[in-house]
Amino acid sequence: MQLTKEDLLGMYRRMVAIRIFEMSLPHYFEEGYIVGTGHVSMGEEAVAVGACHALEERDYVMSTHRAHGHVLARGADMKVILAEVFGKATGCTGGKGGSMHVSDFDRNFLGTSAIVGGGITLAGGVGLAIKMRKSDQVCLDFFGDGASNRGTFHEALNLAALWKVPTVFLCTNNQYAMTLPLPKGCANLDISARAAAYNMPGYRIDGTDVIAVYETVKAAVERARKGEGPSLIECVTYRLSPEHSLRVGTVAGTEYRPKGELEEWWEKYDPVKIFRQKLIETGYLTDEAAKQIEAEAQREFDEAVDFAKNSPEPSPETAFEGVYAPEGGK
Amino acid sequence: MLRKEVSEVAERRITYREAIAEAIKEEMARDERVFLMGEDLGKFGGAFGTTRGLYQEFGEERVKDTPISETAIVGFGVGAALVGMRPIVEIMRIDWSTIAMDEIVNHAAKMRYLSGGKPELAMVIKTNAEGGLGLGAQHSQSFESWFVHVPGLKVVMPSGPYDGKGLLKAAIRDPNPVIFIEPTTLLSLSGAVPTEDYVVPLGKAAVKREGKDVTIVAWGTLLPKALNAAQTLAGEGIEVEVIDPRTLRPLDIDTIVASVEKTGRLVVAHQAIKTCGVGAEIVAQVQEMAFDHLDAPIKRVATPDVIIPVNRNLERVVFPQEEEIIAAVKSIL
Repeated sequence: MQLTKEDLLGMYRRMVAIRIFEMSLPHYFEEGYIVGTGHVSMGEEAVAVGACHALEERDYVMSTHRAHGHVLARGADMKVILAEVFGKATGCTGGKGGSMHVSDFDRNFLGTSAIVGGGITLAGGVGLAIKMRKSDQVCLDFFGDGASNRGTFHEALNLAALWKVPTVFLCTNNQYAMTLPLPKGCANLDISARAAAYNMPGYRIDGTDVIAVYETVKAAVERARKGEGPSLIECVTYRLSPEHSLRVGTVAGTEYRPKGELEEWWEKYDPVKIFRQKLIETGYLTDEAAKQIEAEAQREFDEAVDFAKNSPEPSPETAFEGVYAPEGGK
Repeated sequence: MLRKEVSEVAERRITYREAIAEAIKEEMARDERVFLMGEDLGKFGGAFGTTRGLYQEFGEERVKDTPISETAIVGFGVGAALVGMRPIVEIMRIDWSTIAMDEIVNHAAKMRYLSGGKPELAMVIKTNAEGGLGLGAQHSQSFESWFVHVPGLKVVMPSGPYDGKGLLKAAIRDPNPVIFIEPTTLLSLSGAVPTEDYVVPLGKAAVKREGKDVTIVAWGTLLPKALNAAQTLAGEGIEVEVIDPRTLRPLDIDTIVASVEKTGRLVVAHQAIKTCGVGAEIVAQVQEMAFDHLDAPIKRVATPDVIIPVNRNLERVVFPQEEEIIAAVKSIL
């Protein structure tokens, strides 16, 4: 399906909104509004938005500890997500999960695993459920290059391919597993090449190009929906956030990255900037309209901040609720 | 109460392994969301024969043979449960639950809580524990206490065909992840099992023998040994009450405490390693709740801190036997 101007501008708006959301969080961490930690996703906006745009409403999404962008790309209410990041009662889990466990069950965003690689087998199981119910859905599974070295990756991809379940495995290769650069963690730098071992299609694409992400995920989703099984897509991008997590940013430097690398990627490979330029060149966007989109996104974020700040703290007894489902059930 | 029901209605006797297969068969027929997944449980009928006939009845769509991938077996189960299926996943031996520990502890147990209590995670993780068949160090262990330690899980370890069938059916119908543990040595034992539909509720202990002098709490392989010990002791005029907790999480401590309030003496017997075994938790709770009723120190009969050997004589030495239960009872009288 050809993307319309409306599609493209909508995707750009989401990318800008995610960028503003993520860029703002370190400040709120330093101010004490965010406790524990959090993981921001600058540099990965094209992956989140391109992939989620390729899904239908009925499809499922499974994600990771670095999921703000994914859930916002899926259309979640920014207020609810930020309230969760702030640990408030109005957040999607009432402040129990926090930044690493955002979800939106109304949009079939099934949440996350904050164990690196923990979600991959679960996403395979979601695909299995879809297949058994013959329900014409797919499951999109986000994970990272670090997770690709877990045993879960191997077991899940093998079984998913064996059973031809409709799960699309999307690896965001941001080139660092916490502080470990890809060449120190992967014997084969081409993660997508592993797809061949599981007899499934593998794609290695530019993860800063939202349209490439959309088109590739769309093809994989269609294949899965037709019953032809899973695919592995590696979206190569770069972790533009200075640090792995908000907390690590307070205790460690960035010496593990070569000098100038971060600056170079910001300069040359910022997915938001690249897409803005493309839209301007296509004539779909002007500098003025771009500024307006940024202002709107900033307003959306500011409203979310007001909401999250003014939301109540969860009441103490809620800590004990939700451990078990009551008998009887669904 | 339950024993009375059995004696009234059930004349048919089947083995524990047959009771398990029957429970699964009935629940799969009752609820199309229920399916079975694991290693060698299809045409082969399971390494311990507890799924015989199910593949032939329901086909490979609902009785799924998997590769040797415990991580994926449980992880796929968690994912399927998260969107409303009711999988029964099998880890052939509890010794290998280690390979799926992250999926059980960090995912099955927590995905509901971490999703604001929205999804149910109705799944059964069916496995086989304990030893006595000479299967050695990596095929004879009892890790029930590991799972009892995890909020979000329920842990069931029935010790006979009637309880096994009724508790498995309850576990399958429960909207939470339940670890269902079959004691290896008891699967060939026969017992009365009604043909009518019934469940044994989770979280309810059973008084298997009444007595006034000493309470023994035992489960798994040690339950029949405790009952034999009670029979022997009765010949010496010692009346032992034997309680099978059946469910270890949530633990029916009230039934145990009520018995201790009557007898004033307690022995806890299990085949799992003594250190940090579930027995330690039972002892702790009893002294918190019934200290004033105790007339003697509480004794534990369990496997000492050792690796399980294969040789028959060595295995017999490390696993607790009937005579150790008898000695423990006599030591506190």
